[in-house]
Amino acid sequence: MALSCRHVWDRISEYIDDTLDAQVRADVERHLAHCEICSAILDSTRNIIIFMADDRVFELPLDFSKRLHARLDDVLQHEYPEPREIGPY
Amino acid sequence: MTNPAPVDAIEPSSERALITSIIAGDRDKFHLLIRPYERQIYRTALALVKNESEAEDVVQDAVLKAYRKLASFRGDARFSTWLIAITLNEARGRLRKENRTTFDSLDERSEESGDYTPAALTDWREVPLAALERREIRALIQQAVSELPETYREIVTLRDVEELSVNETATLLGISVSLVKVRLHRARMMLQRKLVPQLRLTAKPEPKRRIFGRLSWL
Ligand SMILES: [Zn+2]
Repeated sequence: MALSCRHVWDRISEYIDDTLDAQVRADVERHLAHCEICSAILDSTRNIIIFMADDRVFELPLDFSKRLHARLDDVLQHEYPEPREIGPY
Repeated sequence: MTNPAPVDAIEPSSERALITSIIAGDRDKFHLLIRPYERQIYRTALALVKNESEAEDVVQDAVLKAYRKLASFRGDARFSTWLIAITLNEARGRLRKENRTTFDSLDERSEESGDYTPAALTDWREVPLAALERREIRALIQQAVSELPETYREIVTLRDVEELSVNETATLLGISVSLVKVRLHRARMMLQRKLVPQLRLTAKPEPKRRIFGRLSWL
């Protein structure tokens, strides 16, 4: 089936995650092969997704780990884990 | 370097062994147990509270709670999932206590019919990962994520920042897989529309003459 650009846009996220069924995927690919606009939208979306997963983007604050483990040490010195219960988790 | 380098996840079987020995009294090993997940739960917290020092408090409280409740951890879920769930709870509890709403007034019908037009640029060129060395590029991405409505920010954080699966994301947020997919798509399109023009402008090599002058977020 020939897809319009709008139809392709609606499927970009699933296309990137590879969760489209084979037929739809093939239709999207056929459209992408000749549509520069949709190809650019796909590439730029993928580019942004790759950026978001990079550790440099959301860095830990300075000395975050040190403070966390210091606070934890305090508790570990004095407390054991609570006995098992039917908790909310 | 003030934070240790990221630590790889421990094998699930050694992780279970670690948990058993902590509960049995080897309490110091709890440090090892959480090290691989510090970044992940920090990002989870940051997606909800939107402020670095508050996110840090949330992480500390969540980690202490995880220690105290460790015996209640059931081995059928992954430890990381359990830890993220506790972090989400802590962050939400804090928002509730301060009467900051944890829900956007998202209209489910508008989600089904939302009409997002992506930024369409035929001259898009891939921005290489090396561009992330530049603070202003990182700031653009942080800001775009932080400006998403909360529901979308959570989805995109779990799925694209932390790279959890769609199923794990659905479990953690208590929504269906198909709703995760719909919202994730919306979130990604919003980011695309916002970031593509900005990245195109900023990620280009430094021009010889500064045509645009200082940009407002710097
Ligand atoms: Zn097209």
